[in-house]
Amino acid sequence: MIRSFNEHFLVPKHIMLSKEQAAELLKKYNLTLDQLPKIPVSDSAIADLHPARDDIVKIIRTSPTAGKTVYYRRVM
Amino acid sequence: MLMKKIKGIEFSIISPTMIRKMSALEVKTPDTYDKDGYPMESGLMDPHLGVINPGLRCKTCGQRMKKCPGHFGSLELVRPVVHSEFGRRLEIIMHSTCKECGRIALPDDKIEKYKKMIKTDGVDSVLKKVMAKGKTVKKCPHCKATKSKVLLDKPTNFYYNKERIYTEIREWIEKLAERDYAIFGYDPARVKPEWFVMKVLSVPPITIRPSITLESGIKSEDDLTHKLVDIIRINMRLKDNIEAGAPQLIIEDLWDLLQYHVTTYLDNNTAGVPPAKHRSGRALRTIVQRLKGKKGRFRHNLTGKRVNFAARSTVTPDPFIKISEVGIPKKIADELTVPERVTEWNKEELKKMVKDTDKAVYAIRADETKKRVDETNKEEIAEEIDVGFRIERKLQNGDIVLFNRQPSLHRLSMLAHTVRVMEGKTFKINPIVCKPYNADFDGDEMNVHVPQTEEGKTEARELMFVRNQVISPRYGAPVIILDEDGVSGAFVLTLDSTKFTREETMQYFFEMGLTTLSKPDRGKDYSGKLIFSQMLPKDLNLEYKTNMCKIIQKTMPCKNCTKEKCEHDAYLQIKNGQLLHGVIDDASLGEVSGKLIDELARKYPSTVIEDFYYNVNRVVADLLTMRGMTAGLDEYEVSNHIQKLKSKVIEELLEDGKKLTDKYKRGTLSHLPGKSVKESFENGMMGLAAKTKEKIQNAIMKEKLEPIMSEKPKLNTMVMIVAGSRGSSINLMNIAGFWGQANVREGRPRRGFKNRLITLNKKDDVGVLAGGFIKSSFMDGMDAKEYFYHSMGGRQGEVDTGVSTKVSGYLYRRLANSLKDLVVNNDGTVRTASSELVQYVYGEDGVFPKNTVRGKSIDLEEEAENMKKQV
Repeated sequence: MIRSFNEHFLVPKHIMLSKEQAAELLKKYNLTLDQLPKIPVSDSAIADLHPARDDIVKIIRTSPTAGKTVYYRRVM
Repeated sequence: MLMKKIKGIEFSIISPTMIRKMSALEVKTPDTYDKDGYPMESGLMDPHLGVINPGLRCKTCGQRMKKCPGHFGSLELVRPVVHSEFGRRLEIIMHSTCKECGRIALPDDKIEKYKKMIKTDGVDSVLKKVMAKGKTVKKCPHCKATKSKVLLDKPTNFYYNKERIYTEIREWIEKLAERDYAIFGYDPARVKPEWFVMKVLSVPPITIRPSITLESGIKSEDDLTHKLVDIIRINMRLKDNIEAGAPQLIIEDLWDLLQYHVTTYLDNNTAGVPPAKHRSGRALRTIVQRLKGKKGRFRHNLTGKRVNFAARSTVTPDPFIKISEVGIPKKIADELTVPERVTEWNKEELKKMVKDTDKAVYAIRADETKKRVDETNKEEIAEEIDVGFRIERKLQNGDIVLFNRQPSLHRLSMLAHTVRVMEGKTFKINPIVCKPYNADFDGDEMNVHVPQTEEGKTEARELMFVRNQVISPRYGAPVIILDEDGVSGAFVLTLDSTKFTREETMQYFFEMGLTTLSKPDRGKDYSGKLIFSQMLPKDLNLEYKTNMCKIIQKTMPCKNCTKEKCEHDAYLQIKNGQLLHGVIDDASLGEVSGKLIDELARKYPSTVIEDFYYNVNRVVADLLTMRGMTAGLDEYEVSNHIQKLKSKVIEELLEDGKKLTDKYKRGTLSHLPGKSVKESFENGMMGLAAKTKEKIQNAIMKEKLEPIMSEKPKLNTMVMIVAGSRGSSINLMNIAGFWGQANVREGRPRRGFKNRLITLNKKDDVGVLAGGFIKSSFMDGMDAKEYFYHSMGGRQGEVDTGVSTKVSGYLYRRLANSLKDLVVNNDGTVRTASSELVQYVYGEDGVFPKNTVRGKSIDLEEEAENMKKQV
């Protein structure tokens, strides 16, 4: 039985970044928070992470070109 | 630079207070100019409203013509007038409110209830309900006055209890309580509905409606000015009549007239109002007309951008120029200019150009002062030229220009070419570059743009030059490829049976610009392969199966591939730039699959591929002119053997079809998984027809293939099929064999009359011949039934192309528009114009498709070959 659909193989893995990791990411790409792609707080895929506004979520997806790819989205 | 982010833009209705505040002048006189031609004071051309004469100063801001932006004036209307665009909004308010007290004609608790509903249901749906309720109310629940029906005679005339109302309109709306505004969706801080009935009119600045002085000296006014004159005139007459105490009837007539003029001033195409006409009978172009439509301010002036240094003309083909060149007519080349910067290195050269030729058009000094060069002053200017000058000269051979054909759906829709000034009036392009532009020569027009800066020129040359674009930036395989004639020609040239005399060979060598003739390789004669080899780089090595091989495998498969010893000469081998075995066909030159083109474009300087195309074009044009390529009806005749086979397989089909039909009718047919019995039956019938076709198709191909590989091949349709340049075995089958099953939406046609396709069939006949099978070929000619079946399939094809081009065109346009200003940054991220991030790594793998091999980052086969060599 699937308890949460995050366990489904088609749902990419969502991981919450720590404050330090978030700061590092913004520095690496020279970004401000509002330039990041967004994800709604209410998105079910991150419900288990108990997100707050302006948290950054790391998403590991499968990609047809690169095999695996990492994406970051800001909670809004 | 100070940068601020726009948080939002708010559109609202301008208030009368604002109109008065903005106003530089209250317009009072209907006249524009006096007898002497001076603008009337407080008239519509008063210099307070801006200047249109050069040299004069604006009386409001004191600036000269180009600096003064113009200033608004105002016009006080003696009687309020309904703004024609807001008639409907006023009607809504009137329906839902009481004329006496101005409250919404519902009890307070209901009003509150509806106000709360706005948050969930939205203003529109709530307002609809309130209005419907309000209409039925007979007595106001607040002031107990009786409420009558309101009627709007569009756009501006109101009736209350079947009587025209004038003054009452504005009075009624003014009574409306601010706490009720929310129901109508108005914010009391920004809009007051009574502004929909205007007491003051804003008069636009002169700069917006300039008067024109004709050559005859007669001044002609702008349409807007004409309309404003009408308004002011009636406004004054109304005022005089009111002051003189004229009868109500006359005042109301004048009021209506004023209303008419204001309405047409705003929109001269208002429904129900006759458009105001100019003296000549032409309808006036008033405010709405200025903004609306294709020729309106938005689509024509704001969205429709125009550029300088560009030209447009019809394109015509010229296969004897290189692919990176474009033929520019002399007339156009003399009109377009390029700036050339004077440096100490080219100073003398440019001086000479100015003095001795008519190429220079302008000389621009270091202080940006521009001087036109002509016969009288060229020597003088040549003397003056020094470092820091710029000379604008006419376009000449070798200049770089951008060439474009709309619709620009592609990166390749705009490419850089070098100029070749030529005779004629059309742009000339090598037919090979038609493909990326999707151009043909049935009257297509194209544009050129001349880059004006060194950066622009360099960027064009590095990123957009035609010969660097042979490999597609979308899928990493050739897109700029030889056309059909080129492939057929190269095929004929490289056939083993093609031989040339010494004289003929000399001609071909000359076409390629060679001056020394090699030794003959076929006795006294020369093979086409030898001639073709002259166009290849000397270090080229390639080996692969040709398109001919593919076609042979379909009809008479080989057991083992003997590679270069192939008996059909269908295995290609190039060693050290010499074509030893195999024919050149679609597998070498074709789109995406062309291995030879791929190799030349990828591994050699781009001039190699350009020269290759240039030479092939010349040689092939000559070859096909001399030897000819033709089609004749006898090509499509088939032998008796095949005729017999044909009737045999069709008979078999009819038999099998009958068996299946019987089974279906008796109800003993079992169904396929996931399909109904009827579907299974249809599937079966389709399958039978397809199998029948296959049996014949191969036999025909085999029969037609043999003559190609003979000693003296006929150069006809089969050449095109085998070379892969045009047509396929299917087309041959349709002409010489039979058409087979007619298809409509992936099945047998089924829509037509009741229980049958066409009335020539018996009802409920679901057999082979009644289901759309066409046993005739185009050579035989179809019978009446077959003709209809064929048309059913043909219709679908026609509909599909129509629908899919429209739908996919629009989808593509939307996609392209949304992606157009995404940029790959130096850090590999993809960002929007405001540097919002879209992708962390471009394409998730950071690979530019143009540098891939057919979409793969690495060509594994080739890498393996290389590694083998190294071991």
